[in-house]
Amino acid sequence: MSVDRRAFLGAAGLCALAVTGTRSLEALAGTGRPETAPQGRRVPRWGMVVDLRRCLQADGCTDCIAACERAHNVPRLPSRAHEVKWIWREPYERAFAQRGSGYADEALRGKLVPVLCNHCDNPPCVRVCPVKATWKREDGIVMMDWHRCIGCRYCMAACPYGARSFNWLDPRPRVKEVNPDFPTRTRGVVEKCNFCEERLAQGRGPACVEACRERALAFGDLRDPGSQVREQLRSRHAMRRKPELGTEPSVYYRA
Amino acid sequence: MPDRAFGGGGRYWAWLGVLATLIVAGALAYQRQLALGLGITGLSRDVTWGLYIAQFTFLVGVAASAVVVVLPYYLHDYRVFGRITILGECLAVSAVAMCLLFVFVDMGQPARALNVLLYPTPSSIMFWDMLVLAGYLGLNAVIARATLAAEHRGVPPPRWLGPVIVLSIPWAVSIHTVTAFLYSGLPGRHLWLTALLAPRFLASAFASGPALLILLAMLLRRLTGFDVGREALQKLGLIVAYTMTVNVFFVLVELFTVFYSQAPEAIDHFEFLFLGLEGQAGLVPWMWASVILAVLSLGLLLTPRLRRDMRLLAAACAMVFASLWMDKGLGLIVGGFVPSPLGEVTGYVPTLPEVAIALAIWAVGSLLASVLFKVVVAVRGEPGGPDSHSRSVRAPVEA
Amino acid sequence: MRDRGLLVGGLALFVAVVTFPVWYNVAAGTTARGPEPVRPAAAGRCVAPTEYMRASHMSLLMAWRDDVVRGQERNFVGPDGKTYAKSLTRTCLGCHTNKAEFCDRCHASAAVTLTCWECHIDPASLRRAGR
Repeated sequence: MSVDRRAFLGAAGLCALAVTGTRSLEALAGTGRPETAPQGRRVPRWGMVVDLRRCLQADGCTDCIAACERAHNVPRLPSRAHEVKWIWREPYERAFAQRGSGYADEALRGKLVPVLCNHCDNPPCVRVCPVKATWKREDGIVMMDWHRCIGCRYCMAACPYGARSFNWLDPRPRVKEVNPDFPTRTRGVVEKCNFCEERLAQGRGPACVEACRERALAFGDLRDPGSQVREQLRSRHAMRRKPELGTEPSVYYRA
Repeated sequence: MPDRAFGGGGRYWAWLGVLATLIVAGALAYQRQLALGLGITGLSRDVTWGLYIAQFTFLVGVAASAVVVVLPYYLHDYRVFGRITILGECLAVSAVAMCLLFVFVDMGQPARALNVLLYPTPSSIMFWDMLVLAGYLGLNAVIARATLAAEHRGVPPPRWLGPVIVLSIPWAVSIHTVTAFLYSGLPGRHLWLTALLAPRFLASAFASGPALLILLAMLLRRLTGFDVGREALQKLGLIVAYTMTVNVFFVLVELFTVFYSQAPEAIDHFEFLFLGLEGQAGLVPWMWASVILAVLSLGLLLTPRLRRDMRLLAAACAMVFASLWMDKGLGLIVGGFVPSPLGEVTGYVPTLPEVAIALAIWAVGSLLASVLFKVVVAVRGEPGGPDSHSRSVRAPVEA
Repeated sequence: MRDRGLLVGGLALFVAVVTFPVWYNVAAGTTARGPEPVRPAAAGRCVAPTEYMRASHMSLLMAWRDDVVRGQERNFVGPDGKTYAKSLTRTCLGCHTNKAEFCDRCHASAAVTLTCWECHIDPASLRRAGR
């Protein structure tokens, strides 16, 4: 039997393909680990209602932002280009892209309103992620797996709310006061608000909601008609950001 | 057969040396990027993709354009393209290699690149883009190698090659279509959110790729005497004339829709590109240069008398290539990010290391193309080879 | 076979280069045994038997990682029936408080570069740094 160089290289290539290819096929066929939450209990649908009237009463307050940054080791980067933002303030007309509102909404024009990941029901970021590093949980939280993210930033191009940030540089030295119970991130991964899923697991509400003295932020189960968030949505007109895109945000704003 | 790459004169080796120097410089810059993160580029939270992904997009087009010579030659047995087809395939191989490298250097966590295979995600267009690009690279490498090996031995190409070649034709269309879908499927990015993006990508690809091929073939004749024939170049020039016309038409259609409808979202992007927004006007000269070059090149290409002049044809091709590079390799990607979905206008200027890395990848592609062309010229120029007089080997696919 | 000398010489050189680390270590008197991890003095029991942890702690950690982040399963029932939180910083480092002597010594000796600590924080070292 004679094997020439070409045949040898060909065979080696085929073997390599078989080894990596089977993993892919297995994953596609869904024979790997299940990736969803355990069944058998009533799953809430987490959502948030921002009361703009209450929030704007305390103009200039940034308690929610500070609480979030402390809880999640959000770094403060010197240049605007490299900023990392989970919950932040945005001028009303930018947050809502209300170009066509004319003389309406005059009271809100130029006011800074809190914005964060909308945890969409139909999230474009999840649709585009090539490695399932971001996915929608049963309870509606759009989660991130920082162990898996490859840093392609496709999700940032897909998100119509600018809610995703990339770690352009090592964030660790830029975290003011490190909270050892939550990881910092490494450079080269995307991050965003996680609706404080680590606190929800302990039965606590999100840090921003807890920190808000005006009680302008409400958090709860949108699926439960009796919940506080549903009550708030019933009592006054509320809106969502860019409803025309069909993303179905679960963060509402009471006018 | 690959050993043919090692023959060659001083000029050949000097050229490879220049490319190697660029590659080393880029590798050093990339090492810095690995150590410090993508923060050393000009990219930002608002403009998350820039030079790298724009080059990737442009080069997918160059790669796809091989179909412009492959289809007439193999499917329609158009013999005039006999010598230029193999050059087109080699160019495609080099271009896809560059595409994959550009995506790789754009990753924040390159060590996790294999996650794309370990966790395949059919809902993501990027997953499909990786698949079609890798497949296209394989197809072209196999086709070019098998054809050349057959010629080297003076036998007809193997039978199995026929279906592979036929497969490569729709595959070429697919790589640029899928690459366009990468962008055109994103809500909230209004420059890209148009069904015309994929057709536009294809038209510009089938203009820029063949234009480059004409220039390279001319260069090859001057340097090595390897002549693909005047008729082939003229025919390809005609193809460029048509595809460039279609491309310009598509752009005009886009402009009409955007500006006549007066819907503000998309207008902003065009304003940023052609007039500048909020003092950010870095791309304006490039975009206008692209327009002027496109108009001039069309003037040359669409006038038969001028197109038949080989020197003017070369000039027109250079203009087409430059114009489309500015349009796709600069404007289209960055322009899609400015203004951001929140209306933020952020400037983007590539940094020195970023440019060095991009140049190095272009150098890798050039190196690959040079070596492949070298092998082609050496095999084709063999005394007993098929091209010593006329092509005697029949194309494996008959129309 | 005109190249016999060249071939055999090349092969010999290849073998010599490949086995160089072995000879080097024999000459330098290095032993194959790595450093022993320093176990916590006031230790109770680990979440799993020592033998298993020694061989497979990395698999356990990877499984925990995916369970917590992707599966929302945060509790681990050990072979002893006790329940632990699936947490590197709280459960593991809760007993093995000295990361430098417990983790780093072996990993350094085996030239295994971990990426865990790029994100996860060793509470003890944070306390020391704050002091």
